[in-house]
Amino acid sequence: MSFSIKKEGEIVVVDVEGQLIVGNRQELKQKVLDELERGEKKFLIDFAQTGYIDSSGLGVLVSLSKKIREQGGELRLANLNDDLKTLFELTKLDTLFQISDTRDRALSSF
Amino acid sequence: MAASPQPDAGLRVSLEVEIPSDVAYIERVVDLVRHSCSELSFNSHQLALNVPVALSEALSNAILRGNQEDPEKRVRVCAKVDARRLVLEIADEGVRFDIDANTRDATDPDNLEREDGRGLFLMRALMDQVERFDTGPGTTQGNVVRLTLTRA
Repeated sequence: MSFSIKKEGEIVVVDVEGQLIVGNRQELKQKVLDELERGEKKFLIDFAQTGYIDSSGLGVLVSLSKKIREQGGELRLANLNDDLKTLFELTKLDTLFQISDTRDRALSSF
Repeated sequence: MAASPQPDAGLRVSLEVEIPSDVAYIERVVDLVRHSCSELSFNSHQLALNVPVALSEALSNAILRGNQEDPEKRVRVCAKVDARRLVLEIADEGVRFDIDANTRDATDPDNLEREDGRGLFLMRALMDQVERFDTGPGTTQGNVVRLTLTRA
């Protein structure tokens, strides 16, 4: 499990490879907060290569979303598979995040 | 959705795993249990969502809340899988708690932006039954959380 970060224009894109769970959520949080501190405002987290997400992982996404908004930025999500969509629907977090089916759609939505 | 292939009705898998109170072990335990469920032809959604997320939550609770990450304390997992269902028991050595006291609805608008508070909610949403017992007689501490999921 790992996170890779790259820039697409002015958007910071984070790929979550493997699981986003209690054991690695702080790593994701710190990486995104570091970018936020550098002045980045637009963030996309891509779950195309993600297995499962636990409640800690969801909590980190909620926390990051709040912190990014507080700095006048935006966090968007892309590429949730059917099971991850179900997870977001169960927790109603699909109402909190702007979620796109593809990375390209997410990138063009900013 | 395609029906799951019929598993061998006579096949039963039992698995016992013991880990230190360290969240780094969660993923490996989940993989072991998921593999057993796969052998018994649980469907893809149960293998990708119900089993890993609910078990991760139970293990996190046992390690972080139950055992408080005490290196002297262990978490024991017993998994029994057959053609009908998966029964998981996750045992910690921590202070006993009342699982029914936590009824917070994680989907309530007031709770939606909370970072925490979704663990038990997800276990209940993803499993058919979630129960808690005291560990065996002769102990004053320890919880066993039992998760039951019927094969779909």
